[in-house]
Amino acid sequence: MVSARTLVASVARDPGRDERDATERARRIAAAVTDPEIPVLTIEDLGVLRAVEVDPDAGSVRVTITPTYSGCPAMDTIRDDLVLALTAAGYPEVRVDLALAPAWTTDWMTETGRQKLRRYGIAPPSGSAAAGSAGSAGRGGRVRVPLAVKCPRCDSLRTRELSRFGSTSCKALYECLDCLEPFDAFKVL
Amino acid sequence: MTEPAMTEPAVTEPAVTEPAVTVDEVRLGEEFTGGAAGAVASDETAEYALRLADDALILAQRLGAWITRAPELEEDVALANIALDLLGHARSLLHYAGTASGRTEDDLAYWRDEPAWRNAWLFEQPNGDFAVTIARQLVASAYLGALYPALTASTDATLAAIAAKAGKEVAYHLDHAAHWTLRLGDGTDESRRRMTVALSDLWPYVDELFRDDALVDRLAEAGIAVRPSTLRSAFDRAVGDVLAEAGLEVPEGFVAAGGGRDGRHTEHLGPLLAEMQVLARAHPGASW
Repeated sequence: MVSARTLVASVARDPGRDERDATERARRIAAAVTDPEIPVLTIEDLGVLRAVEVDPDAGSVRVTITPTYSGCPAMDTIRDDLVLALTAAGYPEVRVDLALAPAWTTDWMTETGRQKLRRYGIAPPSGSAAAGSAGSAGRGGRVRVPLAVKCPRCDSLRTRELSRFGSTSCKALYECLDCLEPFDAFKVL
Repeated sequence: MTEPAMTEPAVTEPAVTEPAVTVDEVRLGEEFTGGAAGAVASDETAEYALRLADDALILAQRLGAWITRAPELEEDVALANIALDLLGHARSLLHYAGTASGRTEDDLAYWRDEPAWRNAWLFEQPNGDFAVTIARQLVASAYLGALYPALTASTDATLAAIAAKAGKEVAYHLDHAAHWTLRLGDGTDESRRRMTVALSDLWPYVDELFRDDALVDRLAEAGIAVRPSTLRSAFDRAVGDVLAEAGLEVPEGFVAAGGGRDGRHTEHLGPLLAEMQVLARAHPGASW
């Protein structure tokens, strides 16, 4: 005879729900890992975290991340930080995969991420990569119409590019013509 | 329940809230480079990937030598960033090439001698003065800028993924080279003279980039590779436009023999490899 008590227990042990909870817990831990070069941003803010899968039986976790730039040296550190965070949280086996496709774009950066960047003093990517202002050369016949980059310090739109390459692969160096501060700007990719 | 007296040390001595785990204690053995997980290249695809990888790695190594020596600080940063992108392409490609023979990216980068390298001659040419480096960047980026977008249509998912990532970055490199070509070509008499000399010195190495051979013919038939010859018109257009705008002429002259794809190299590759490989060979398996 099935008592009400065992019914409740079997509902609570619904394997699908356990798996979702376990995945959600692992995802929260993975999502809190930050970019070593821009420590105010988590890898979730950056759009670098692509997937977290948990195998509840083995207790193993598989995390998939994607690089911002092919040679981004932060990826190795992020991989190590993910393994450490998840191992410390009790997952005995952690695997981190690097996925190149689909290629990362600044469009994946979250709105929260953009606000954090601005407060940190880095201009977030201006406009959308998908809208065609991406990276480069009008030489293939495309006309590049970059949006003005707003100074993260005084919000002025009167800024100019000092160098197309900045302190990391993903940034360019700008200066504000009003407050005269130089600043990093996230490149639209 | 703990007594108040018992909790006091915990305040001064930070409680260990999570087990301390260090990188050394966890397994970080696997190579961490992109591409479809578990994809294994065929021998011929691996050979093709090695050509692309070696072009990128040798050019990255050359550009790295500019750090602290460029004409201005911004150029140190720019050339280092470009080198880093190329190194990223090389790592992904080397990793994939290595899957065919069970070798790691480090095996391939540090333990191959000169005849085993598959890069074209252009990439191993010395840095020269800044004009030579810019001319080499213009040629290399225009070639790679035509190649990678075409390679995104490859039937090989790993090559297509690497190409999609690399294509966006190389377009930015071409922009950099084009800007400098305009400044040097349209700058002072001296900068124009140097840019003209640089272009004519490097032009003999252009043809090799666009040579087909039996390997790429077979791979192109299978939709895996891009025939280099099909990229020539896009390259000529891209470079021709920049040179015309800079008031420079497309050089004419002799064509170098080439042979990098078969492991025949100029005298410049050996010293480059010696410098690049010495540390890894002196301390095999070392990590930091």
